[in-house]
Amino acid sequence: MKPRRQRMIFVAVMLLGVALAGVLVLQAIGENMLYFYSPTQIKSGEAPANHTVRVGGLVVEGSVRRETQGVTVNFELTDTAERIAVVYTGILPDLFREGQGIVARGRIGKDGVFVAEEVLAKHDENYMPPDVAEALETARSGGQVKAKP
Amino acid sequence: MWYWFHRFASPAYFYRFAGKAIPWLATLTGLLLLAGLYGGLVLAPADYQQGDSYRIIFIHVPSAWMSLFIYVVMATAGGIGLIWHIKLAEVIAACSAPIGASFTFIALATGSLWGKPMWGTWWVWDARLTSELILLFLYFGVIALQSAGEDKRTASRASAILALVGVINIPIIHFSVEWWNTLHQGATVSKMGAPSIHTSMLVPLLIMALACKFYYATSLLMRARVELLEREHNSNWIREALKNHE
Repeated sequence: MKPRRQRMIFVAVMLLGVALAGVLVLQAIGENMLYFYSPTQIKSGEAPANHTVRVGGLVVEGSVRRETQGVTVNFELTDTAERIAVVYTGILPDLFREGQGIVARGRIGKDGVFVAEEVLAKHDENYMPPDVAEALETARSGGQVKAKP
Repeated sequence: MWYWFHRFASPAYFYRFAGKAIPWLATLTGLLLLAGLYGGLVLAPADYQQGDSYRIIFIHVPSAWMSLFIYVVMATAGGIGLIWHIKLAEVIAACSAPIGASFTFIALATGSLWGKPMWGTWWVWDARLTSELILLFLYFGVIALQSAGEDKRTASRASAILALVGVINIPIIHFSVEWWNTLHQGATVSKMGAPSIHTSMLVPLLIMALACKFYYATSLLMRARVELLEREHNSNWIREALKNHE
């Protein structure tokens, strides 16, 4: 066998080995690479209790209640199937709003309310000018596109 | 075709060709960069949610694409050098590493700057960010191995093996946002169906991506010329080239 052919086989075998190792590692890691749980997973008890976990979902429209004193906020998170109540004391990121995706880190309390220590906003992959967003919104709610003032 | 290929891969021919191509590539890079920046920072409208902060994508996204693209080029060139012992391939691999590392660093740094106001944190250990950080360390490893040995060709072979092993990270980075729940958002441009970005923002983004490609080409050829001079300093073609002031 020519040495060049040997080297070619060496590289091919190495690439195959690395790919195989990669697939095995990825399968072993599996769910542990999840950055956060969904409300459904929390409700079904997949998230470990009495441990700090992260839960991600959309802030339910109309669920945000701010307490009259301090910076404590109550809201609900949903993955459109289940809902989970969250309470958080602290400063919220810019993108936090109703309907926005967020990730909260904290523990599940005895009463089932998720006590967050940290709230991060998860941005979606859509980019558009404000007037396009407005047109989409009115189109979805069945109305007509408003003429800009 | 093989004749042409061998001619092009000869250091003497490549050195002359690169010398002629660099001014053109550099001009094109400059023009595209100006057009992309003007389009992105002046012409493109603000985002409906992020306002003007989203404009960081015009440098963040092309850099992230380049960090993956250059790695693939580097690993391929390394593999070719490993199998066929082509000097030029080893030079291309060696010169790509620092450029790729820079793009990776820019992608990480700009993402971090954007993450603070938007997500509320500089850094999270989610799958996308972590795998991109590993890419930076892979580049560092390749650069370190390049300069580890006395003999440049042995060093090239060692770093090619590392680069090939690290190729497994490339699909992981790309698909991390689909396989796992990550804080990083999913793909915008390269997903199935129409890109979920408005045309007025997509066009400058693609121009910037092209500008980065040409920047890479320019920088690579300049580095490769110097590297060739260093590696081949005893050969005849260099003496002739220097005589002719090429």
